[in-house]
Amino acid sequence: MTNSQKNKLIDNAFKIFGVACTLFGLIILAILIYDILKTGLTRIDWDFITNLPSRRAQKAGIYTALMGTVWILFLTAIIAFPIGVGAGIYLEEYGKKSKWANFLEINIANLAGVPSIIYGLLGLEIFVRAFNLGGSLLAGSLTLSLLILPIVIVSTREALKAVPSSIKDASVALGASKWQTIWNQTLPASVGGVLTGVILAISRAIGETAPLIVVGALAYVPFAPSSPMDEFTVMPIQIFNWVSRPQHEFAVNSAAAIIILLLITFMMNGVAVYYRNKWQKKIKW
Amino acid sequence: MKTKQITKIILGAVVVLTLVSCGGNTDKNETKTDQAALTGDIKIDGSSTVYPITEAVAEEFRAEQPGVNVTVGVSGTGGGFKKFSRGETEISDASRPIKDKEKAACEENGISYVELEVAYDGLAVLVNPANTWVDYLTVEELKKIWEPAAQGVVMKWNQIRKEWPNEEIHLFGPGVASGTYDYFTDVINGEEGASRGDYTASEDDNVLVQGVSTDKLGLAFFGLAYYEENKDKLKLVPVNGGNGAVLPTQETVANGTYTPLSRPIFIYVSNKAAQKEEVVSFVNFYLEIVPSISKEVGYVPIPNDILAKQVEKFNTFVAQK
Repeated sequence: MTNSQKNKLIDNAFKIFGVACTLFGLIILAILIYDILKTGLTRIDWDFITNLPSRRAQKAGIYTALMGTVWILFLTAIIAFPIGVGAGIYLEEYGKKSKWANFLEINIANLAGVPSIIYGLLGLEIFVRAFNLGGSLLAGSLTLSLLILPIVIVSTREALKAVPSSIKDASVALGASKWQTIWNQTLPASVGGVLTGVILAISRAIGETAPLIVVGALAYVPFAPSSPMDEFTVMPIQIFNWVSRPQHEFAVNSAAAIIILLLITFMMNGVAVYYRNKWQKKIKW
Repeated sequence: MKTKQITKIILGAVVVLTLVSCGGNTDKNETKTDQAALTGDIKIDGSSTVYPITEAVAEEFRAEQPGVNVTVGVSGTGGGFKKFSRGETEISDASRPIKDKEKAACEENGISYVELEVAYDGLAVLVNPANTWVDYLTVEELKKIWEPAAQGVVMKWNQIRKEWPNEEIHLFGPGVASGTYDYFTDVINGEEGASRGDYTASEDDNVLVQGVSTDKLGLAFFGLAYYEENKDKLKLVPVNGGNGAVLPTQETVANGTYTPLSRPIFIYVSNKAAQKEEVVSFVNFYLEIVPSISKEVGYVPIPNDILAKQVEKFNTFVAQK
């Protein structure tokens, strides 16, 4: 075997290994989705989405849980977006070389690894008790915002880093201030990446159960929230509640609710991919 | 130009949020226009064991009094009492009686309460249907299996009774945070929260059902309701508490012959809550329909004479205030 043949063989072997790695996760996901669809798909109808929770599996619906999730989603986005992006801009553009920024950076990386239930306990002490928000949507969203902030900050920084320094240098050379450069050049060029990060982070937040249970999200709420101060429940809690019931029909309900939750996540990820592609195409340097 | 797009997205989000909030508002108004006599909020939290009953009662109550918003949480018995003692909830679900520490916390905050039995729950001991050797278990044998000293020592069936096979025993049980675990360890091992740690634990009883139904050498304990939904996959073990081996059934749990593994479950109502008309109405409704509800969601209904006592107890409590 010649050297080039050998190299080709290694090349092919590595390619197959790579494909196997990619498929590994996808196949497991496919099995999971197939199983869930088989169990839950027939259960989904309009009533299932608009009905209130009930002890009769056939009558039970996800309306209040779905509304709770939608509220949590938007409140978390509105809170985490400005704070996370602001912090990302500071760390990437202003505080780049200081020891202080270094210290912050290490801590943010650590925060990303903290188990979500710890954020729940933090939220319980600070938002629910100290700020006296109670087990409200606002307290839940603030807690989830804390949870996803590290992800938002890191992805914002990555997106800002991807903007070539030549663009920034040119802007500064033309007499623009640092703020003008960031607002008019760096941010617009990186907004696709920033948004992708934010949306992916929020997709993670809507699947969280543990921190919300600690903060005081409930299991049975027979009305949709009408203000950020209302009590609430969310889809993952409803699913968890149904899964742990003894009656099999509730397992079917939870499978159906999982499908709806997956759909929401897929849609959000779809939006993230769409925006990323849209902005990437527009930018020509 | 790009910044405009960002503004648009934020604006869009705000608009959607406003729409959602409007949707919620109309929903609430609709319920209020109904010919409801009572209005108000009733906050309930506590045991996940009691949850199915309280949820069902709340659902039925909503049909009677749509103006009253009843919410139910599942923080666990301990977590529920924590909120109850802070005055954050009106009613607390509990799968065990209140502890001294929790009593003290209530007193500190000036909260008195009434304890009402609402149903019974049996703890079932189960094995795989392919298990042919277990005919019954005594409380001593259960203790031998589950006590802290058994950890790493009692690993085989023939260590429990000599004639049983020389094969491994695989244990499944609820996690340490559940009231079921508290109760089992209390009555079997003699100390609440004391048990061996080398068993498969899950807070989700369906996982335990799965475990023991697929493992010939398995042994598990969990709520009777989970057995009744999975009768074909499990074999119920009679328990001998000193007066012969008894199988847990609706009857033996209700009349107390299935000892010690049957327990009452409770709701606690605070004095402040008992001053509110909607809470009094809710609790009375609860006690009225709980026998039929508990059967429906898999628990053992409380006998009529004891139920009558609970009603009386509650009425005296309300009259005091």
